[in-house]
Amino acid sequence: MSGDSRKFRGTQQALGAPRRLSGSSTGTESANWFARLWLNYKKNKAIYWMVLPVVLYFLVFKYLPMYGAIIAFKDYTVGKGIWGSEWVGFQHFRDFFESYYFWRILKNTLVLSFYQLLFGFPAPILLALLLNELRHEMFKRTVQTVSYIPHFISIVVICGMVVDFSARGGLFNSIITFFGGTDSSLLSDPSNFRTLYTASSIWQELGFSTIIYLAALSGINPELYDASRVDGASRLRQVWHITLPGILPMIMILLILRIGGLMEIGFEKIILLYNPNVYDTADVISTFVYRKGISEGAEFSYTTAVGLFQSVVNFILLLGANRLSKVLSDNKLF
Amino acid sequence: MQIKRTFGERLFDSFNALVMALLIIVTLYPLWHVLSASLSDSGKLMAHSGLLLWPDGFNLESYKLVLSNPSILSGYRNTIIIVVLGTAMNLIFTIVGAYTLSRKNFMLRNPIMLAIVFTMFFNGGIIPAYLLINNTLHMGNNLMALIVPGLISSYNLIIMRTAFQEISESLLESARIDGAGEIRILCRIVVPLSMPVIAVMILFYGVAHWNSWFNAILYIRDRNLYPLQLVLREILIQNSTDSMTTGAAMGDREAIGESVKYATVMVATLPILFIYPFLQKYFVKGVMIGAIKE
Repeated sequence: MSGDSRKFRGTQQALGAPRRLSGSSTGTESANWFARLWLNYKKNKAIYWMVLPVVLYFLVFKYLPMYGAIIAFKDYTVGKGIWGSEWVGFQHFRDFFESYYFWRILKNTLVLSFYQLLFGFPAPILLALLLNELRHEMFKRTVQTVSYIPHFISIVVICGMVVDFSARGGLFNSIITFFGGTDSSLLSDPSNFRTLYTASSIWQELGFSTIIYLAALSGINPELYDASRVDGASRLRQVWHITLPGILPMIMILLILRIGGLMEIGFEKIILLYNPNVYDTADVISTFVYRKGISEGAEFSYTTAVGLFQSVVNFILLLGANRLSKVLSDNKLF
Repeated sequence: MQIKRTFGERLFDSFNALVMALLIIVTLYPLWHVLSASLSDSGKLMAHSGLLLWPDGFNLESYKLVLSNPSILSGYRNTIIIVVLGTAMNLIFTIVGAYTLSRKNFMLRNPIMLAIVFTMFFNGGIIPAYLLINNTLHMGNNLMALIVPGLISSYNLIIMRTAFQEISESLLESARIDGAGEIRILCRIVVPLSMPVIAVMILFYGVAHWNSWFNAILYIRDRNLYPLQLVLREILIQNSTDSMTTGAAMGDREAIGESVKYATVMVATLPILFIYPFLQKYFVKGVMIGAIKE
């Protein structure tokens, strides 16, 4: 113990800081902090060196691109580099908002996200609740195991199946003609896209998404159920008054995260499923950015601006949803 | 105390069981359809109408074609390299990162953690990332471009850090007193104690690598370096079976396409489906760890 305080005193003297017991100006504060940092480093050199590659990774691959987003405000050309390109301010954003496609992409992004939210969000919750009511343990575990399988199948394979089933004479068409409909290439018709997209997403993620809710369900105190049964509660009432409130925090957190990603609608799947025929309902912000920036054109600045717009809106939505949840239900993410 | 179930409850239970059974069918049938079709004769497949319930004209022709397709073989090879090398690197970085950030005596752990969590919500977009990796770092057309950008998943890092924090501090303290350095503590004590979590990480990262394709589209130009999923995309979605020349007659071209596509899907997915039953409970545990320690 005495050894420590001796070390500390030595450092203070070395910094030339007057020894004070309380209160200090900002200068001394930050000097103190650096002193403590230096001490911490000397004591734990291994940790600092170990964490260095990790920090480097995040700086280079996460923060550097964030800085690179600055080209959204410039007229970037590869030749001139980031610094050499001229500053154009919000020009690209203006171009985007006034462009021919703006409303279409925005509408599609929001509509697809909304469909996903409306159908895809409650489905796992419902399934988790139903699974929770199953009495036969073996059956329950079988259902669960089977339901997780689609999650592990790659998105390429899933889309391959969707493409194949939607073709003329494919599985979907067989079912449609069975019920008296006509055989057609489902993926060429814009009005089918939302259904196909949402339904295949649900097929893939439904089972796996229940895991998190089942985990939350297992955290509910069983005594609550026993007590309610003594009071004569039916199972429905139990669900309404015990189960749902019990998993409400989890639901809210996941809902907030979902809303925060509203504009970022999973575009890998859309790229795999869409074709020019259905751009009308399928083209979203991310696919637009990908096409104009990488696959068809190289309008780097413009597409970065669009991507930035998307990130910022997402962030605002995230904060907004968080704030709303804090107010309405006392649950928050941060 | 045995409480008798009301008629309403019994009705609900039957309804529930029915819904679950339906769920199983809807989940499994598409896969069954693919399996049956892959084992069917292509010609008969074209002419088939209605639901496919079992192979129509059983043969293994399609599989022979698929397994002799050089693109598939190179795709497999590339993907295996990516999965093994990538997962190994993922593990090293994530474990080191999680360990250092779980040490309470590390002054910078909270600021760094905050900075990392921030990147989960806000990023620069695909274009700056593309420019960075392709132009600035010149990693284009290199398998490393598929591994390095995703080296550490913030989500996995948080899970592992939480697990490391649970390890008894006194255990590590006594090792330190005995003169062990941080690295030795990490390797000899922390890692062996956390094998379940590490197993989960291997699976999360491994499956992610196996299924990834978009980064390859962005960065890989050389067909020889295409990972499996990219080859699949060509065959399944862009419908180009150019990579397999069979010398068959023109009329047969279409017919060959059908069953071969299904066989391709099976060849790509069977590894996962085989491993799945063994690993399933680890995945579930992994998600639960992440969820409960919210």
